[in-house]
Amino acid sequence: MTLGTFRGGVHPPDKKELSKDKAIAACSSPARVVVPLSQHIGAPCKPVVEIGQAVKKGEVIGAAEGFVSAPVHSSVSGKVAAIGEFLSATGRMVQSVVIENDMQEEWAALKDNPDYEKLSSEELKEKIKQAGIVGMGGAAFPAHVKLSPPKEKPIDAVILNGAECEPYLTADYRIMIERAPDVIAGLKVLMKMLGVSRGYIGIEDNKPDAVEIIKKAAESDSAIEIIALEVKYPQGAEKMLIKSVTGREVPPRGLPMDAGVVVHNIGTAVAVYEAVRYGKPLVERVVTITGESIKEPKNLLVKVGTLISDVVEECGGLASDTAKVISGGPMMGFALSSLEVPVTKGTSGVLAIPEQPIIHYEHFGPCIRCGRCIDVCPMGLMPSMLSVLSEKGLYEEAKEYKLFDCFECGSCTYVCPSKRPIVQFIRLAKSLVKP
Amino acid sequence: MDKNKDRQFLVSVSPHVRSEETTARIMWSVSAALLPAAAMGAYFFGPKAVITISISIIVAVLTEYLYQKGMKKKNTIGDGSALLTGLLLGLNLPASVPFYIPLVGAVVAILITKLIFGGLGYNIFNPALVGRAFLLMSFPKLMTIWTQPTAAFVKIDAVTTATPLGILKEEGIQKLLETFGGSFNMYMQMLSGNRAGSIGETSAIALLAGAAFLFYKRYITWHVPFSFLGSAALMAWIFGGKGAFFTGDPLLHMLSGGMLLGSFFMATDYVTSPAVKKGQILFGAGCGFLTMLIRLKGGYPEGVMFAILIMNCLTPMIDRGFRTKVFGSAKGAAR
Repeated sequence: MTLGTFRGGVHPPDKKELSKDKAIAACSSPARVVVPLSQHIGAPCKPVVEIGQAVKKGEVIGAAEGFVSAPVHSSVSGKVAAIGEFLSATGRMVQSVVIENDMQEEWAALKDNPDYEKLSSEELKEKIKQAGIVGMGGAAFPAHVKLSPPKEKPIDAVILNGAECEPYLTADYRIMIERAPDVIAGLKVLMKMLGVSRGYIGIEDNKPDAVEIIKKAAESDSAIEIIALEVKYPQGAEKMLIKSVTGREVPPRGLPMDAGVVVHNIGTAVAVYEAVRYGKPLVERVVTITGESIKEPKNLLVKVGTLISDVVEECGGLASDTAKVISGGPMMGFALSSLEVPVTKGTSGVLAIPEQPIIHYEHFGPCIRCGRCIDVCPMGLMPSMLSVLSEKGLYEEAKEYKLFDCFECGSCTYVCPSKRPIVQFIRLAKSLVKP
Repeated sequence: MDKNKDRQFLVSVSPHVRSEETTARIMWSVSAALLPAAAMGAYFFGPKAVITISISIIVAVLTEYLYQKGMKKKNTIGDGSALLTGLLLGLNLPASVPFYIPLVGAVVAILITKLIFGGLGYNIFNPALVGRAFLLMSFPKLMTIWTQPTAAFVKIDAVTTATPLGILKEEGIQKLLETFGGSFNMYMQMLSGNRAGSIGETSAIALLAGAAFLFYKRYITWHVPFSFLGSAALMAWIFGGKGAFFTGDPLLHMLSGGMLLGSFFMATDYVTSPAVKKGQILFGAGCGFLTMLIRLKGGYPEGVMFAILIMNCLTPMIDRGFRTKVFGSAKGAAR
């Protein structure tokens, strides 16, 4: 069997063995949740509750403002304790609603839809929008926006991203193993909403059991094809995934729809299914809590707004050698300065890792022009030049080397033998010049 | 929950993991890959070879150390690049040279060629080769006295002789074959390293073993060395014969002079060769072409050193001309 692949990429140790065999378990309900009103690109939500107000689980607490926005729901039942700025995983202060949990787990009325398959594309889209569904791979882009491509961009396929190419993370893997029928059902809903007849699920080949189980679940449906992918980072990056699965290349600065496809995450597909089938809004998600410094790595179903400190406690706490705690994967995640930040719709993992020389470098050397970064750059850029130009303050010149085509996967920085902060230099340049 | 409240964590931007590869590890590995060639040089040319190499290495490292100390710069001798330069320079010298030859060469290589250009990563020319070029021009006599390999540490009086390329240039192929007693013998001696030449360039077997190690470790790729050797072989075949075209002996040219040492270990220097693969092919092909041009038409019997140095000059230009193609920019890529 030939594996789908793309040019470039790196092979960091995947470390998935720490948590891959841990079945998804529900995380204990926390005493309070801090639900950020801005969990994605686009306009922040407007709070529609007041302090002291009683809310039910699944009740809207933040209304979407504008098209590129998704509403936010309460993930517990209880009382609104505060509305204000709270620290988020990205290090920014974000307006959030704090809810004291009454532990009653009382749901707002959900509209069950056993006949969801009869709904029209527009009706389905509206349900997704109301459910506050966003991309759960990390960027948390509102799902309904991706599902409403402009007329001049015909779409002929939906790809589900089961690559989970970030080391350590196993949340999508567990979902595929444990909830394969729901994944397929979600994919079918997505296909229907976009009116396409092709659905693909791309899964990295280090998860052969997931490939088998998903294949089995999709057996009866000839419109869905499962593609095993070569194991390498960033296989799950949209552009790389599209290339690996369909052979198409998204043009520079283009979007997946420019290649006629829409890509969604595995977790998103399940959330989509739950939204149209049970009317359930996105109030919880599967998070992998792992790393060498987590005492008992787990895959937990966590309520959005649960503080990472609570989630870490659920996994036995941090070992004394913990040096870094990361929200997301080790290649693109955010290092946390405090554990008192909430899990959001886009939190795929929480990692705690000890300090090792290969993880943390304070000093870096000159570029020795070895070309490793050029070889691994999935975008075909010359990161070495970009880093040198940025280091010297020649930001405008960096644009000649396609500065803005970099999507910051960090592969260059991973391989650099001089330990240069290449992608960091690139981010710096990007922030100082206009595209 | 509260026990982690006051804990401090490292905060930095992603990626949070790095590969284990380091510049130092690469430099030390390349040095290690040269050990077989150095050992064969020591075997054939005796203690004098060991002394020459040692002086070259020690002076190279010491020069870097003292310069950085004097200039109050960060000490970088640990990255192994000064040692590698010293080793390469030593391997590129005749065994018979007096002690001040490697000494002067190493200072020129490290101080003039590398450090004052900004240190590792900023030099335009291969330091060891500039050191050697400086020596060849400053001490033309001393740098072209070649000793007969003796395969023994015992012999004190070295017998001077000419290198195979020297014989080829001055007296022709017939004389060369006579010297070795037939072409089979010639190739065999050249493979083992039993011929006159610079200390580290003579043993093809040892050099190929080292190169194989570098390929295995992926420290070098085929692009530079194979285009180098390929274009040189082609030139040798077409123009290397006497009288008629297409009658030359490519193998002889591959195995003689510094062809293998230069193509696998010197032209592949990251800093002074192009960064993009297509550019590397052009760079290597240019090295091979210039080497053979000098060997066949130039005033020197050997051209590897000047060929690489000339192509080093062109590297920034090649780098500008050969950029990578951005993902998705190929024609008709979207569909």
